[in-house]
Amino acid sequence: MQRLIDRAKALLESGEVARVLGWRKGENVWDVEPAFFASPEELSDFVYNGFCGANLSKYMIEASKLEGKTLVFLKPCDTYSFNQLTTEHRVDRETAYIVGVGCKGKLKIENIDAKGILDVQGAGYPDASEILTVKTLYGDKEVSYKDAMLERCHVCKGKEHMVYDELIGESVDTCDGDRFAEVAKIEAMSPEEKFAYFQSELSKCIRCNACRNVCPACSCRKCVFDSNKFDSAQKANTISFEEKMFHIIRAFHVAGRCTDCGECSRVCPQGIPLHLFNRKFIKDIDSLYGTWQAGAEVDARGPLTNFRTDDAEPSIVTKRG
Amino acid sequence: MSMNTEFRPTIVAFCCNWCSYAGADLAGSSRLAYPADVKIIRVPCSCRVNPMFILRAFEKGADGVILCGCHPGDCHYSTGNYYARRRMTLLFSMLDYLGVENGRTRVEWVSAAEGVKFSETMNSFVEKIRSLGPNVRLGDLRCKD
Ligand code: SF4
Ligand code: SF4
Ligand code: SF4
Ligand code: FES
Repeated sequence: MQRLIDRAKALLESGEVARVLGWRKGENVWDVEPAFFASPEELSDFVYNGFCGANLSKYMIEASKLEGKTLVFLKPCDTYSFNQLTTEHRVDRETAYIVGVGCKGKLKIENIDAKGILDVQGAGYPDASEILTVKTLYGDKEVSYKDAMLERCHVCKGKEHMVYDELIGESVDTCDGDRFAEVAKIEAMSPEEKFAYFQSELSKCIRCNACRNVCPACSCRKCVFDSNKFDSAQKANTISFEEKMFHIIRAFHVAGRCTDCGECSRVCPQGIPLHLFNRKFIKDIDSLYGTWQAGAEVDARGPLTNFRTDDAEPSIVTKRG
Repeated sequence: MSMNTEFRPTIVAFCCNWCSYAGADLAGSSRLAYPADVKIIRVPCSCRVNPMFILRAFEKGADGVILCGCHPGDCHYSTGNYYARRRMTLLFSMLDYLGVENGRTRVEWVSAAEGVKFSETMNSFVEKIRSLGPNVRLGDLRCKD
């Protein structure tokens, strides 16, 4: 972490960048938040630890419009979002100085809580160790690092940065799962089981919009889910069409552009596995139109703004059974 | 509902102005019958149909939704139906994934000269929806009823 701070200070002092986009300490060790730092002094609040899951690419939309360059720290998975945003002309590559940071998997406080470890005061960030030592009010506790990781880190796309100006820090391979395993499990269910499963998950939604707000693919200036009534009409018990079809509409809006960065599932306060929607589209796109990873390449033509004359007919869905 | 009341489904058919809509006209003027349960909505091209239109139709009470456009290669705007085809494939697959019967949606390519195909398509689609019964699941995908 010190290397990141030192580098940020140097770049700010030399005037090469006008501000730093990074993570700031929160009240608790796990509630780290994205933040802009305008001066070397402000960097005393900078932090990079196991809880820095937040993908900072989306904040570059705002930063891109400001005077001067912004130093932004991106983890390997975040760089896909950055590329997708430049492809969509939401972010101007020239306005960013990208420091690619190493990643050993990010943690989810709920997973640590679930192990019965409460009142977490800090968490070590072991270099090679498989065991995470958690400082709590009741002394040090140990938990396997993998058990505490975010779902997305188990299916990590790899530790290579797709775009950067310089790299700092080491990464550790964390992938030990199959990204489409859960989707395939659902596909194999009967329609009744599928419906019951999604009913139980989606009815938990409180329509807080956190998933949309955090999503780098949700960069529309005017979103269909913003009603002009900023009151209870925005909440779950409204019956407007957009509210009722929220999850499927949003998933469709980001289909082909979603990098599977995992932010929506990470921030959902209700723990709804939103990645199951995105990955269903990704799985279908891969099998019908060829393997596609949004953000792997700048300016690539996405699967929904493209076609082949011999594409499958929609009836394939019924035929597939 | 009493035992002998037949279920009359509400069918929404989005028809491209340049082909299927004309095909429907031809079916009409050739006195080929298709069920009155089919409500046609004319669109300038099949690719005008945003996936939300389909969902909206179901939310508003449709039991089945069909999209008809020009045959691939014959789109008035050259390539519109190719884009529509990808979108609809992904949407239908998603509806299937959610456990909503996929037979409630269909895409058919019908040219202006195919009055017979139009009427046959509509008859078979209405038949299919009759067999599926009324749509309940697509009313609210958050499933809060
Ligand atoms: S973050 Fe979760 S609870 Fe909030 S709107 Fe999205 S799905 Fe619903
Ligand atoms: S939908 Fe979720 S996984 Fe996809 S880009 Fe948005 S936040 Fe990331
Ligand atoms: S939900 Fe749809 S309209 Fe809203 S920001 Fe995301 S992509 Fe745009
Ligand atoms: S004009 Fe008929 S489908 Fe495009």
